[in-house]
Amino acid sequence: MEDSTTQKQEKENQESGKEERPWGEITAASSQDLTGLSAPLESEQGPETGPQSRSSAPGSPQSRDSTPVGDLTGPGASSAPSPPEESSSSPLTRQGLEAPRQARETTSVIPEAERPHSDHLKPSSENGETTHQTCPSTGDAFPQFQQTNGHLYEPRDVSFSNSKQKELRFDIFQEEDSNSSYDPDEAEPEAAPSVLEIAVQNAKAYLLKTSSKSGLNLYDHLSEMLTKILDERPENAVDIIENISQEVKVAHFSKKLDTLQNEYEMLPTYEIAEKQKALFLQEHLEGADQELEDEIAGNSLPNIMESAFYFEQAGVGLGTDETYRVFLALKQLTDTHPIQRCRFWGKILGLEMNYIVAETELREGEDEEEMEEEDVTEERDNGDSESEEDDELPRSFYKAPQAIPKEESRTGANKYVYFVCNEPGRPWVKLPSVTPAQIVIARQIKKFFTGRLGTPIISYPPFPGNESNYLRAQIARISAGTHISPLGFYQFSEEEGEEEEEVEGGRDSFEENPDFEGIQVVDLVESLSNWVHHVQHILPQGRCNWFNPIQRSEEEEEDDDEEKEELDYIEQEVGPPLLTPISEDLEIQNIPPWTTRLSSNLIPQYAIAVLRSNLWPGAYAFCNGKKFENLYIGWGHKYSPDSYTPPVPPPVCQEYPSGPELTEVDDPSVEEEQAFRAAQEAAALPAEENEDTDEDEDDYD
Amino acid sequence: MDAESLLLSLELASGSGQGLSPDRRASLLTSLLLVKRDYRYSRVLFWGRILGLVTDYYIAQGLIEDQLAPRKTLYSVNCMEWSLLPPATEEMVEQTSVVKGRFMGDPSHEYEHIEMQKVNEGDKVFEEEVVVRIKEETRLVSIIDQIDKAVAIIPRGALFKTPFGPIHVNRTFEGLSVSEAKKLSSYFHFREPIDLKNKTLLEKADLDPSLDFMDSLENDIPKGSWSIQMERGNALVVLRSLLWPGLTFYHTPGTKNCGYIYVGTGEKNIDLPFML
Repeated sequence: MEDSTTQKQEKENQESGKEERPWGEITAASSQDLTGLSAPLESEQGPETGPQSRSSAPGSPQSRDSTPVGDLTGPGASSAPSPPEESSSSPLTRQGLEAPRQARETTSVIPEAERPHSDHLKPSSENGETTHQTCPSTGDAFPQFQQTNGHLYEPRDVSFSNSKQKELRFDIFQEEDSNSSYDPDEAEPEAAPSVLEIAVQNAKAYLLKTSSKSGLNLYDHLSEMLTKILDERPENAVDIIENISQEVKVAHFSKKLDTLQNEYEMLPTYEIAEKQKALFLQEHLEGADQELEDEIAGNSLPNIMESAFYFEQAGVGLGTDETYRVFLALKQLTDTHPIQRCRFWGKILGLEMNYIVAETELREGEDEEEMEEEDVTEERDNGDSESEEDDELPRSFYKAPQAIPKEESRTGANKYVYFVCNEPGRPWVKLPSVTPAQIVIARQIKKFFTGRLGTPIISYPPFPGNESNYLRAQIARISAGTHISPLGFYQFSEEEGEEEEEVEGGRDSFEENPDFEGIQVVDLVESLSNWVHHVQHILPQGRCNWFNPIQRSEEEEEDDDEEKEELDYIEQEVGPPLLTPISEDLEIQNIPPWTTRLSSNLIPQYAIAVLRSNLWPGAYAFCNGKKFENLYIGWGHKYSPDSYTPPVPPPVCQEYPSGPELTEVDDPSVEEEQAFRAAQEAAALPAEENEDTDEDEDDYD
Repeated sequence: MDAESLLLSLELASGSGQGLSPDRRASLLTSLLLVKRDYRYSRVLFWGRILGLVTDYYIAQGLIEDQLAPRKTLYSVNCMEWSLLPPATEEMVEQTSVVKGRFMGDPSHEYEHIEMQKVNEGDKVFEEEVVVRIKEETRLVSIIDQIDKAVAIIPRGALFKTPFGPIHVNRTFEGLSVSEAKKLSSYFHFREPIDLKNKTLLEKADLDPSLDFMDSLENDIPKGSWSIQMERGNALVVLRSLLWPGLTFYHTPGTKNCGYIYVGTGEKNIDLPFML
């Protein structure tokens, strides 16, 4: 018998002579066998084993409870002992199971006929248990072997031929041989399947052993894994089997649904979606009677999608859907605020959230409330200073440097009102108007925006305000630096311009040129002098229009000397006037301030001119000849090739110079007093009447 | 970002304003495919672009099967003709560290740098001014290398270490969960680990060797060199490097969509401590 089986094995190109070896080696060899075969087997076996394991899975709890007999044989040799279960499974599994079985047992095997056969197994399985008990040393090795066998068994059973089965059977006979005195030759035709089934059942029983920790068992786990693989069909499943196993296990830790209180999670995703829904529904909310207002609002709304299209040609922009949301958000803004003109300024990135900035011009009757509030605060300040006037001791001569008043709204750096929001759909917040001091300080610091307007700005020159003020100051600086238009698009409005020229020497208002005929795109790319700034330059003082800080001091202190006025006279700061070509912008260390290009080199006739600011990375402008737009998307910082240097600490005040006011003469010495007395006495002789007064003088010395 | 899913990736990363014009997109989709074929890469990443004063450099990287193997870097100025860059050496990095300012956009441009060198002539030691010429291409190589080593990142689990050693793309990666996506510890540096070896056994105890084989972001110096944001509700997580402003990493939690793109001037933000 042994000879014959080894021959069979050699036919199968298996390692021969395993059978003669002791147990441990056999298990080792067969496990090698397993690993060697597993790769091709799994890919081949996929379709059949999957449904099989699935069909057997529901049966497993039963078997766990009672005997591991009936259902457990499912994948094994006689898998169809119980007709009802078989009928519940899919036809595919039936084919997969029955076809090999027919090949294996050529004799007519009818499911009904096997039923007594499976009954017959029960006592024999007890036999198997007794063998375990009798020789524990082999019993330890036994389940291991059975496990590998069971593993091997499934694939081979289906794909390989009959002879393989016999080989396996033989392995098990060998076990029985060594453990008990069982004769394989006699029992082979009838008893062999029962022994085989015992082994299979034992293996399965082992696999079904529930882990005390997780409550899972390996059998279910494997079947779930195979189900998952077959459902999802990953490529090269063998490479990721570990991960699949892990995922299947992780999937067991699902939430329990029978808690008393439902966990209600308000995901931010839904929250923002709910808010943005309002944007899309806006039109329905408004009644038809408001058509007039709508028209006005419609006029003030910019065509963002059009400019976004051009910016996309330039490779700048927020992406289509976000742009559209911004568009809707701007519509919401123009509908709810008295806005005359609106523009999408850009986006400033922050650490936690970003800012979407809208530049607007309000209609008449806007910020009056705000102005009043500020007046009140100023008055308070004055009151505080007056209360200390009566003090006798010398007061501090130090006067805070002349506070430069901020520019009126609609002029200078406060020409536009800016609204920001963190995300389209969230409420718009109006930024306060900017003060010169904020601009001056903002030039000296470099801070990241956090995305929360109330954040205090902690910096070395203390910044007067919180993040909203800093944001406003940066917006003012960026606008002044990077808002440009093609030459000729704007012209000075004649009436106003002349008046102001007389007063201030610079004109600060302009209007669209109705006769603008457009500029060749090529010209716009080739020459920077075809682009002009249409936002006023911000002076070092922090204002666009010069404010003479001396004026007020003259009024207040009319008594002051003329000298002082001369000392304090400051030359008026002058910047480039409005509508200056950008070719006159200052270079930063040999870096040109602007980079121009055509949006497409391949089709230059339809390309647009694109400008990129090198001074303010993130600022872009385009012009297609007729239309132009400016956009800023970035961190809101100015570029500098050198690293940021914190400003130097202010000079230390000089102490009062040591002069005659501070030094005192030495105490009068005895000689001096005596000499003085002698002189007095000499003087007293001629005139004795003056004695009293002289003595008084002595005391003072 | 993967060259195959370039369009989706660009849409996702567009929140920072960094996009590509339609003609660039189309040409990249065409030419990167050819790059993949010609150089026989298993994966081609569109790395980003470095803004020059005159022209921009478009950078792509080719990966072989092992994801952490040294990557080949290619650059192009017109998105069609790609040239291979030599691997960066430490010498190059040191040499180009003296160059400041913006890239020009011309690979053959030479930066001049005046260096003081000591010359020994007999007993006397002279200090002599030597003009060092540095090609912009060299600088490009070293900057890309620095950015890659510093801020190229990948979510935890997107790569896994096979038992044989090489690191592969994890096919079963299903994305981070929303709660994980908010933590810096679920992102790794896309490079060979450096800090991992220095960790104590106690710190290594919880690590999964097949997943946690790279350095995590949370220990980056200085702290706060990343801005992590959930955009579109929680549908998109965006990480922006503050150390190398311009690097944007995006990931849609629960999906495989992730990647990074660098669009910037190629300068390190050494002012970071002042700005936080």
